[in-house]
Amino acid sequence: MADVTVQDLSQVAIEEVAGRSLWADARHRFLKNKAAVTSLAILAVITITCFAAPYLGLRPQDDVNYDMMPAAPPDFAAGYYFGSDDNGRDLFVRTLFGGQVSLTVATVATLVSLFIGVVWGAMSGFIGGRIDGGMMRLVDILYSIPFIFFVILLTVVFGRYIVLIYFAIGSVSWLDMARIVRGQTLGLKRKEFIEAAHANGISTWAIVWRHIIPNCLGPVVVYVTLTIPNVILTESFISFLGMGVQEPESSWGTLVSEGAKVIETAPWMLLPGIVLAVTLLCLNFIGDGLRDALDPKDR
Amino acid sequence: MTAGANGQAAVLDVANLETTFTTPEGEVKAVSGVNFAVQAGEAVGIVGESGSGKSQIFMSIMGLLASNGRAQGSVKFHGQEILGLPVAELNKIRGARMSMIFQDPMTSLNPYLTVSRQLTEVLVTHKGMSETEARRTAIDMLDRVQIPEAAQRFDMYPHEFSGGMRQRVMIAMALLCQPELLIADEPTTALDVTVQAQILELISELRRQSNMALTLITHDMGVIAGLCDRVLVMYAGRVVEAAPVGPLFKDPQHPYTAGLLRSMPRLDEVMHERLTTIAGQPPNLQRLPAGCAFRNRCDRQIEVCARELPALRPIAPERSKACHLPAL
Amino acid sequence: MPPAGVVGSAPLLSVADLKVQFRIGGGFLSRRPPAILKAVDGVNFDLRPGETLGLVGESGCGKSTLGRAVLRLLPNATGRVVWLGQDLGKLSHEAMRLKRQEMQIIFQDPLASLNPRMPVGEIIAEPLKTFQPNLSAADVKTRVQEMMRKVGLLPNQINRYPHEFSGGQCQRIGIARAMINNPKLIVCDEPVSALDVSIQAQIVNLLMDLQRDTGMALIFISHNLSVVRHISHRIMVLYLGRVAELADRDELYRNPRHPYTQALISAVPIPDPEVERSRQRVVLKGDLPSPLKPPSGCTFRTRCPKATPVCASEVPPLETIARGHEVACHHWNEP
Repeated sequence: MADVTVQDLSQVAIEEVAGRSLWADARHRFLKNKAAVTSLAILAVITITCFAAPYLGLRPQDDVNYDMMPAAPPDFAAGYYFGSDDNGRDLFVRTLFGGQVSLTVATVATLVSLFIGVVWGAMSGFIGGRIDGGMMRLVDILYSIPFIFFVILLTVVFGRYIVLIYFAIGSVSWLDMARIVRGQTLGLKRKEFIEAAHANGISTWAIVWRHIIPNCLGPVVVYVTLTIPNVILTESFISFLGMGVQEPESSWGTLVSEGAKVIETAPWMLLPGIVLAVTLLCLNFIGDGLRDALDPKDR
Repeated sequence: MTAGANGQAAVLDVANLETTFTTPEGEVKAVSGVNFAVQAGEAVGIVGESGSGKSQIFMSIMGLLASNGRAQGSVKFHGQEILGLPVAELNKIRGARMSMIFQDPMTSLNPYLTVSRQLTEVLVTHKGMSETEARRTAIDMLDRVQIPEAAQRFDMYPHEFSGGMRQRVMIAMALLCQPELLIADEPTTALDVTVQAQILELISELRRQSNMALTLITHDMGVIAGLCDRVLVMYAGRVVEAAPVGPLFKDPQHPYTAGLLRSMPRLDEVMHERLTTIAGQPPNLQRLPAGCAFRNRCDRQIEVCARELPALRPIAPERSKACHLPAL
Repeated sequence: MPPAGVVGSAPLLSVADLKVQFRIGGGFLSRRPPAILKAVDGVNFDLRPGETLGLVGESGCGKSTLGRAVLRLLPNATGRVVWLGQDLGKLSHEAMRLKRQEMQIIFQDPLASLNPRMPVGEIIAEPLKTFQPNLSAADVKTRVQEMMRKVGLLPNQINRYPHEFSGGQCQRIGIARAMINNPKLIVCDEPVSALDVSIQAQIVNLLMDLQRDTGMALIFISHNLSVVRHISHRIMVLYLGRVAELADRDELYRNPRHPYTQALISAVPIPDPEVERSRQRVVLKGDLPSPLKPPSGCTFRTRCPKATPVCASEVPPLETIARGHEVACHHWNEP
């Protein structure tokens, strides 16, 4: 059989063969990882329940029930699945609403770090030279601002609003991402397909957008799943310190903080903490699963 | 095929060697049913392209297979079965009586250890020499492989040597214990052609001095032509032709061998407009066609080729081929 | 032989005194002054339309650097590169970008030169869409598939990803991408070195066919003299950044005058046992000198069998010794 000739090809009308992209390979590998898939399911259940809370017909989170004061243990018959806190409020409901806050913080921070961090890091790494130096020095400066100090400053100036927490956390979460993406970009810059793009007359921005960023996304995705726990914990810490979420709003952080105080006499107060821990564990397993799935070693 | 001219057992006798790798996509047979022998002082060339299995044969023999690989069959070194030998026993043979040199000298020399450490280590382990004696012997060997100012450079690190020099260091390391068999896996592929000429001449000279057997694995027929006594041609994990070097080049009997020889432009020949090619792609070991693995690229395929795998059969003294065609 | 009808036509490309230097070491806090690596040290040549210039040499000779410098892919190149009468050094960044449709490159590692996350159709289409953004998607697809056919790929593979192809097929994809805008010059940087021998011949034939069909020029960089000899019209031999010899193909192999060229030709193994074992070989002594500290005068003198004191004191000029044949050696005339 000789080399395929033009005649052979023109006679045949063959339908196009679907390609098997690297993302499809990774997805396939991820789905084979039972721990990761289970964690994804659990996380989905927690998230959906938290955000569906207002529609589940539960009592409002600031509803005070004098019969359940001070903290009363879980009472399934009465519908207090996690019991109540010191003020007689339904702990289960508070956990759900608190979850809304914590998960929203995580999402906002992630989106900010993705949109700002990835682009910043990729442009900086690709352009190089003095511009890279300047962009990274800015990152360094922002990095060196003590975070709590920054939050305190915001709280003092603007008051205690949950939105401030989103803003504060968002403004520092992109810094790490920028550094990671810049590192990836520096490695990619030397690859031949980037040189080929340059030789093809593709503009700088197009190279970054079409060639650099898609090839960075592996570590980026893994990093995102591993920083969400950090973000949730940071928010918890801020709330624990008394800034951020105001009463009667709750977040997992405030709930843990309240629970810690009465742990000896009312151990069920730590149930929100357990939900938090489970969420973080799930995120870690998902992150591990993604890292294994996206690992290019097999190629 | 196991006894040499004077009736001695062959240095290396491989029978029915099969190497299989377990991958997420299934089992891959890198080597299927390979038989050959190497006599003392003989130079055997193994030629093939990607997927031929030529390197994996020797990784199996030396016990260097990756963790997902399994070798079956029989490999006898001077009559002693070494396939499946426990590591402690194998270590007495490899490095001492049977050594290997690899393609990329940078990655086969430990970049964190000085050259002196790596050389003396071999002598101390296998020959039980003292440090001083080992140093002296090693420097001697570096001189023999023509490393200039060997004594001064002895304590340097591999990255301080050039590519050609590093390859010489590797050869020195392989020859320190005066092995009876040297396995050279693409030893000059990564080197410049002028350096390649130097290294090949060195290997030739060292063989003459010590009557060492050599198996040379390469894809370069020119190198085979210059150095080897016998040649094995491999395709998709099987030996497809075996012959002494002269007859193989003058009168190849397997279409793959003939195709390879025709597709290489020669520096000393009058040129044709187009190079003759072998159509198609190198074999995908996970999706080999039924029957002969080469048939889809062969311009002389006949009906039986699709049904039956051709066995390696002798066609003349010292010559065999695995092909259904009567003669080329 | 130069391609018919081309003799006497104006050169496509004219390179004069091309130099590429890199500074190694010597940072802000370093005690040592930076060393200068002269990767390319004053190279001149012309290239006519439809011609193939082979660049041969071993590691450190600067052939890959030279190829990239000609395409203005290196920022630290000096000298004049005149393309179709225009001095490329005087062009703005944007003007140069537009010129890139006319001059392309294919690389040594076929898989690494393709973005692993883009399907093949998009890889080939990208240069087309960059310079002709107004083409409809259907037009782009037609042209991509036509190009795929021309390089020997099945058009229905258009949605597959690079890792699903073999090395030889990846190189065909690279060639398709380079040719989609009908360039007048393609720099081929060791395009077959990473491929199996049986596939090398296919790619070499493909390049020659495409050249014949489109009349484009090629700069073919390789260390494999046999392949270079097959595809080139003229050959330039480089050593440590300088031209050792430049001649028409047949003349170079029949009558090499530079000792390095002679050694190179002699070192190439011939796949014929009788010939190979009876050859008289020129085996060079020693190793390539460090490009950071090249020998004075003629850089080849440390390994040259004909070296004399004059070789150390004077850099041999590149002399024209016959029509189209240039040598840089003090002793070229001696046997």
